[in-house]
Amino acid sequence: MIQAIVILAVMGGIFGAVLAVASKKLAVETDPRVDEVLSVLPGANCGACGFPGCAGLANAIVNEGAPINACVPGKEKVAKEIAAIMGLNAAPETVRKVAQLHCNGTFDNTKPLYEYKGVMDCHLAVTQFGGPSYCYYGCIGLGSCEQVCPFDAIHIGENRLPVVDTSACVGCGICANQCPQKILQIVPINKQVHVRCNNRDKGKKAMDTCKVSCISCGICVKNCPEGAITLMESKAGSVAVIDYDKCTSCGICVAKCPRKSIHLDRPIDPELTICEQPKEPEGCAACAAKSVCGLH
Amino acid sequence: MELFALIFGSIFISNIVLAQFLGICPFLGVSKDIKSAFGMGLSVMFVMILSSTICWLVYTFLLVRFDLEYLKTIAFILTIAALVQLLEMFLKKNVPALYKSMGVYLPLITTNCAILGIALLNIQENYNLIYTLANAFANSAGFTLALVLMAGIRERLDEADVPDAMKGLPIVFFVASSMGLAFVGFTGMI
Repeated sequence: MIQAIVILAVMGGIFGAVLAVASKKLAVETDPRVDEVLSVLPGANCGACGFPGCAGLANAIVNEGAPINACVPGKEKVAKEIAAIMGLNAAPETVRKVAQLHCNGTFDNTKPLYEYKGVMDCHLAVTQFGGPSYCYYGCIGLGSCEQVCPFDAIHIGENRLPVVDTSACVGCGICANQCPQKILQIVPINKQVHVRCNNRDKGKKAMDTCKVSCISCGICVKNCPEGAITLMESKAGSVAVIDYDKCTSCGICVAKCPRKSIHLDRPIDPELTICEQPKEPEGCAACAAKSVCGLH
Repeated sequence: MELFALIFGSIFISNIVLAQFLGICPFLGVSKDIKSAFGMGLSVMFVMILSSTICWLVYTFLLVRFDLEYLKTIAFILTIAALVQLLEMFLKKNVPALYKSMGVYLPLITTNCAILGIALLNIQENYNLIYTLANAFANSAGFTLALVLMAGIRERLDEADVPDAMKGLPIVFFVASSMGLAFVGFTGMI
């Protein structure tokens, strides 16, 4: 018994010594700044920067000239620290992004297609006739987004739709990639108007599917002063889509939509002071969406 | 003659991947193009020959001497892990292109059942040192052969009209089982 322990210990010791010597002799020269940048990064390995994990980004920033504000969850704090390590000026301010859901298909608004008894995974359920919801394009509600979120920022609510916690969401985009219906989108937090529907059918068919579905009537398109909302055509049909670069969150489409499928939200960014939170557009008196706004 | 039978048998008749089903992970993971498949095969060859030899030496001169044969599994794993770490450091320094292309599959050679499997089989069959070397060389050559064949087929598959549901790993599994069936044709040759 004691011999076994001694033999294994000796073997381990010899191999360890060999490896220690080898690691010195076969060492590869790395820039010490790579390790410094790596220690400053959050370490979540979420991949939102587009590089393979935090180590990949650290290497890219030091050796390949990646932008120092590439880390999405790190935000300005990390960007400033990386700038200090790299000896550069701090990066320009970036607007925080969060996930937004393009569906309001609760089982009050639509109805179930069948009772699903299976593994609680949206990817599996979607293979069965497009999911347990009557709407083929809508949220499946089994929580694949919740499972993959590395920041615990999205949870399935009581009405079976995911709810994004904007204080925790960093906009990494993993939930959006995972959603099989592609109804999660990463949007700057200061954008307040969102089309909460992905239904590609038109007219009566869309109306019968869900009470708050987009029926592709085009009223929002006609009324938008910026031309920011359009009907996006696809093989399946069309749905209203907002171009967030043009959208000014004026809320006119929210008021005009006959189906109430466009929503005006006031997301709370916990890092902004009360004064800096997104303002009511031109005061409530001038707001086009006053009649449908939840704040009144 | 027996040596030739051993080598031929290990490469074709009981091919380590297609007949003995050891080392499937890199078989499916590193077989996307012939270059990296060949590189992987050579790395496995290097690790397998070296580890089989050292493991055999450890077993014969250390474990048997102290009646500790039952420790062979853990002692072999220790040896193989250290060896693969060494190989990783060596590749990172001297052949960085290969190191990058193999990625995570290089340290996975450590947990590759093929390496440990051959080391243990050598002991089980009571081979002497020459036969151990031959067995390790032949099996790793068979591994390289299977990998390169699969890589060649996969390169062709990229341009074939594969149904959407089968794209990626599903069709590769079909190919792998077809290859396995094809190699059954070698049985009884020796």
